[in-house]
Amino acid sequence: MTRAGWIRIAIVLGAIAALEVVTQAGLVSRHTIIPPTAMAAALWGLIGSGEIMPDITKTLSNVAAAFVLSAGGGFVLGLLIHAAPRLRRALDPLLATYYAVPFFVFYPLLIVIFGMSDLPIIVIGFLFGVVAMIIATLNGLDRVPRVALKVARLSRMDPVSIALLIKFPAATPYLFTGVKLAVAYSFIGVIASEFILSGAGLGFAISYAYNNFDTPRMYALMLFILVSVTAVNMVLHTIEQRMLRRRGLAR
Amino acid sequence: MTQRAPAWQRYGDSLALLAGLVVLWWLLSRWAGEEALTGPAETLARARELLQSRRFHGHATESLTALGYALLLAALGGLGLGTWLGVRRLAGQVAEPILVALYALPKITLYPVILLIFGLGLPAKVAFGAIHGVIPVTIFTLNAVRTIRPVYLKVARSLRLTPWQAFRTVWLPAALPEIVSGQRVGFALTLLGVLIGEMFASQRGVGFVLINAIGLNDVPTIMAAAFLLAVFAATVSAILLKIDRALHRRTARA
Repeated sequence: MTRAGWIRIAIVLGAIAALEVVTQAGLVSRHTIIPPTAMAAALWGLIGSGEIMPDITKTLSNVAAAFVLSAGGGFVLGLLIHAAPRLRRALDPLLATYYAVPFFVFYPLLIVIFGMSDLPIIVIGFLFGVVAMIIATLNGLDRVPRVALKVARLSRMDPVSIALLIKFPAATPYLFTGVKLAVAYSFIGVIASEFILSGAGLGFAISYAYNNFDTPRMYALMLFILVSVTAVNMVLHTIEQRMLRRRGLAR
Repeated sequence: MTQRAPAWQRYGDSLALLAGLVVLWWLLSRWAGEEALTGPAETLARARELLQSRRFHGHATESLTALGYALLLAALGGLGLGTWLGVRRLAGQVAEPILVALYALPKITLYPVILLIFGLGLPAKVAFGAIHGVIPVTIFTLNAVRTIRPVYLKVARSLRLTPWQAFRTVWLPAALPEIVSGQRVGFALTLLGVLIGEMFASQRGVGFVLINAIGLNDVPTIMAAAFLLAVFAATVSAILLKIDRALHRRTARA
């Protein structure tokens, strides 16, 4: 581990310890923030009793569905758009301003179109993630070495195998950036829609606990989301570093 | 990009694409029915009505005020923090992964904490918007400052520029393009944060108009408010994008 890594761990642990001391000493009201140990204890109790399992399964499966759709769909759309430069130029300003538009507002319309199920939430997660993946795919394809494409033409490969055997591997580092963003955006889209609009899932459970002044439960659920998102990100980061190192690109 | 197409073609293609999207919207509204999805013409009419009503003005002013404060906090805070982390190499190495992890968190889960700390009202919205915006601005600024080419700094040193001269003539022009990119991302996220803040536990603002219309299933108002928001967001973002691209092109030529 590098020196910066140790300092980072020290800072995070120090922040948690400081929060613990401040809340235990009663400097902050228990109604505002509870000590981290109490959060962990509450989460342990919730998981042990199994009562939040349905919410956890629902949220995580929705996130997974949104992620698979946005990563896969974004890659295919990116390939298609990259093949049509004129379309790409026309799309460019739309893609660049896309994330300025909040999508939650379309939730009621999605309910009308897809019915009252998990589908509208998955679609919102997909809409959030797909454009990040498209942009990453375009970036990656721009950097496929010319010579590799020439070799492909010389050996008369068909477009599908060019995509799979040449473009995909060459663009992988950039695609991975897109994948990381797609994961993050799927989480954000799904949990935010649950929080504001839905009647089930972890996001809803948090807002329900907030509305019922059930502070320990609220913090326990928040802790669960923070820990699981951070864990997913760390796994992705490790995979990425390993991949980059194999290509001799590690930072 | 290999070569730049003539301007008429670029703008023409974009316009054609937009027109295509409007036609698609119209077809969808025909297919789903007026009560499910309001068509383009009706949405425009409702948007005009909203813009002329005094009540909507109050909500829009509230949202713009919150957005203004939040943007100010996010832009200046991110700029300051990012510059400091960029100059102090070790601090930057320590902080960057933490910032990236925070960026990927669904910050909405933390909104109740902010409500408990700031109470209901404008400060909570401003804080929530600023939290969304400050992280990308910091990350972009940090990278902008860190990746200034060392040779520029050497030139500044060998010319014996004062710190202020060096900042004005070397650091700022070298880092500005990336900083503007960061501000653009920061704007989009700050707007999102403020809107989400208004949609949950709030009585005023455009977000409240939206959530209220969602509760009443008032589809024309949802569509009109969403349309106005999209136009506002896209316009500001497009202006920032224009500045962004111009700066990047200038740097690439230099």
